[in-house]
Formats: sequence, C-alpha cells, structure tokens
Amino acid sequence: MPGLSGRMSTVIKAKISKLLDRAEDPAETLEYSYQKQIELLQNVKKGIADVVTSKKRLQLQTQKLQDQVVKLDTQARQALAAGNEELARTALERKNVAQTELQSLDAQVAQLEQQQEQMADSEKKLRAKIEQFRSKKEVIKAQYSAAEAQVRISEAATGVGEEMADVGLAMQRALDKTENMKARADAVQELEAAGTFDDITALGPGEDDIDRQLKELSSTSEVDSDLAKMKAELGIGSAPPAGQLGAGAAAQTDPSQQTAPSEGQGQ
Amino acid sequence: MIVRISTEGQYELGESDVDALNELDNRAVAACDTKDEEQFRSVFNELLDFVRQHGSPVAEDRLEASAVILPPPDVSLEEAKAEFSGEGLIPG
Repeated sequence: MPGLSGRMSTVIKAKISKLLDRAEDPAETLEYSYQKQIELLQNVKKGIADVVTSKKRLQLQTQKLQDQVVKLDTQARQALAAGNEELARTALERKNVAQTELQSLDAQVAQLEQQQEQMADSEKKLRAKIEQFRSKKEVIKAQYSAAEAQVRISEAATGVGEEMADVGLAMQRALDKTENMKARADAVQELEAAGTFDDITALGPGEDDIDRQLKELSSTSEVDSDLAKMKAELGIGSAPPAGQLGAGAAAQTDPSQQTAPSEGQGQ
Repeated sequence: MIVRISTEGQYELGESDVDALNELDNRAVAACDTKDEEQFRSVFNELLDFVRQHGSPVAEDRLEASAVILPPPDVSLEEAKAEFSGEGLIPG
C-alpha cells in the first residue's frame, strides 16, 4: 500500500533524521542517541516515583477522613442520646461531606494505581528497546562503513525514538492527571485545616458560616435518613421515615416500648 | 504493517487489514469534522479494538518504526482533531 504514514510518525521521523544529519560521525551519533535514551529512562523512573508519592499522599488522606467519619458518627450518636438533635444534625452533615470526599479520593487512588502500572509497563518496554539498541550499536560500529552505518543507525534510532516519544507522551498524560489530583487533595486539606471535620463538640459560637456552607454541601435527605436511623437505633421515638431497619426491628413496632436501647451500638 | 496505539504499544497487522483500517480512519475523520463526540468515541474505540484483535503485539526487543501511530485511547475530541483531519492518519 502506497503512502501509509501517520502524522505523528512523520513528525517523529523528521525530528530524528534532523538530529542524525547534524552529526558527522556515526559512532558519535550512536553514543549520543544512547545517552539520550538512558536519560529518558531515568525520567520515566522519576515519573513513576512521583505517581507513587501522590498515591501515598491520597491514601494518607483517605485514612484520615475515614477516622473522621467514624468520629463524627459517634458524636452524632452521643449528641442524640443526650437529646441535642441540632448538634447531632450538624455532626451528620459533616460526616456526609467527609463521606463524599472519601468516595472521590477512593476513585482517584484507583486511577493512580492504574497509571502507575501503565508507566511501569512502558518503562519495561523502553528498557528492552534500549538494550536492543545498545547491542545493535556495537554491531554497527564494528561491521559497517560510515555510509552504511548511517542508514542502519537511522533505522534503529527511529525505532527507539518512537518508543521514547510514546513513553514521553504517556508520562506527560500521567503527570497532568496527577497534577489535577494534587489540586483536589490540597482542597480537601484546606477543608481539614479550617476545622471542617474537627471535633464537633468543640465548636464555638462563631461557626455559623462554616455550618451554613456545610449544610449546602451535604445532602439533606441523606442527613435526615441518617438521623432517623440513629433515632431508631437509640430507641428514641418519632422517627417515622425509618421504615425498614434490620437491626432494631423490635424497637420499631411500638415507640413506647423503649427496652434495650443500646442494642444497635455495634455499627 | 506496524500500527502503534500511543501509550499502549505496537501491533503488527497484515496488509489485508489495511482497507478496513482505512475505512475506520475515514469514519473517525468524519466524526471529528462534525464534532460529534459520541460518534467519534464509538468509531475510535472500534478502530482501537480492530487493531488489538487483528494485530499481534510487536516483540519488545524489535526496533522498528510504525507505519501508523494512533492517538492514546483516552484522547479527547479536541486533541484528536489535529490527528484525524483531512486525509486522516492513513491517506486515501
């Protein structure tokens, strides 16, 4: 088939032949090209390390948020048991926000995991090609005249060059995505620094603004149903929306029957 | 013919696959031209699957340039426009 040539491959070939044209000594070209390949391989390794670092950071944040969810849930329960429904509602709103963040963090960690695997795979492929190039260059240097060597170098260099360009592209895309996630992680950290997920009982009177914002962020229906569920578990009456609860089925049938209220403490 | 899927790897396809590949390529160009994201996504995935199914992966230690380089699987329509335009990746 005549004239088969992708735009990208043409660009890569043009760049490489330009590079090769500049050098007069084939042996020198080979060494230079090989050096460049090794450099890129180092960069790929650094790129992978970057992705791993970002992943660890997100995992750390995930852990922290999980702790906060548990803490806020406990506090809501305590507040409710003490008859302070407003405080319980605030705690649940915060828990709701933390849970939403947690979900998006989980998705991001999974994405980074995939990215890391893909880059490790790219690194392996590039390493194999470079190794091949290295042995080829020794053969070319030993066996061919300058003119012939030039042609063979060009072939080999194009093969490696394409792989290098591709790894470069994969790395760029991975780093761009990681960059976006860093921004997101920073935002969560800011929320944390602002005390969003802090001890709810330590709230001062001046926190109205943050509370209002959180109320907007968290889904009211979810908070309502959480609250109803907790009431049912604690055996506190007037919780009509909590239709079906496996754990506290007995307490559900009659509100006046408030025996064994601490049964649902497990979760 | 060697075809590379960017960020994924090289595949060797037979000459008999060229026509089908070219046909998919032309459809990808058409979808890019009309800026039809859904249509592009579906044709491009078809194109990638065709290469993966009909091609065999090129050995890691083979130093050979590709005849065609396809954009990465997660390419956006915006990015793809530069590649899939006019004659497409495969002229004709």
